[in-house]
Amino acid sequence: MSIRALIVDDSSVMRKIVERSLRQAGIDLSKVFEAGNGADALVVLQENQVDLILCDINMPVMDGLEFIKQLPGVANAKDVPVVMITTEGSESHVVQALSCGARGYIRKPFTPQQVKEHVVPVLGGKS
Amino acid sequence: MKSANELHAASGSHESWIPLLEVAAREVFELMLGSRLTLPETAEETNLNVTAMVGLAGQLCGVLSVRCEDGAAALMTSKMLGVELHKVGSEEMSDALGEICNMVAGNFKNKISGLSEGCMLSPPTVITGNDYSLHSQAESPGLQVRLLFESMPMIVSLQIQS
Repeated sequence: MSIRALIVDDSSVMRKIVERSLRQAGIDLSKVFEAGNGADALVVLQENQVDLILCDINMPVMDGLEFIKQLPGVANAKDVPVVMITTEGSESHVVQALSCGARGYIRKPFTPQQVKEHVVPVLGGKS
Repeated sequence: MKSANELHAASGSHESWIPLLEVAAREVFELMLGSRLTLPETAEETNLNVTAMVGLAGQLCGVLSVRCEDGAAALMTSKMLGVELHKVGSEEMSDALGEICNMVAGNFKNKISGLSEGCMLSPPTVITGNDYSLHSQAESPGLQVRLLFESMPMIVSLQIQS
């Protein structure tokens, strides 16, 4: 089954790398949406249904943690798994992200295999 | 993992962080670019005209920078994105080098106990050209690692302010 993914990162290069890593990990993507910050991602979600969200933490306008706090109020984002991909590797960031609703946490730099190990379990058979 | 204080106390300076800086850079290049950095035989001064910088604030204040030639930056971008070299644009190149610098800084601080929690990173800034002077409040000359990326020189530096 193919999935629709939303990739949220303020670097367009990093968004492309994440998409490529998902494909290299064998995840079948039917559609990829991109956003440069949490606020733009919320706009994308108002009009589009996705199966997976991959999100950076440090971003301008609205950071990744604030973004995932907003997701319960977004109809299209209900029960959509979120995996954080970030350079922030501290335990407190991981705990904070998971307590805000993230289902996985990947530290940059990463390999496609690490992406697969964190993303496939949260898709619940959709991949 | 050594704590920031242990490493600092061991040498009385931050020189013991140099191997961690080198490993942090090597890991980023191996994982994200599939490229193994090597050590240069001589410390040649070359035209390193692209500089990416990330500020550190908190328990450690300073600036981490990655400097290289524009040809090296373009090749890094090509390898990161998996696109042909001639398709790399200047905006993508700046974005990619900034992300590399950001990942080296993040990877470096994650290797030192206490810094991961107590040190924040700024968004990266990229400067193209070499006709500039950088003035910082650094208390020491800083740490520097000279490496070769695909035979092209690059320098990873950490200027420490406190």
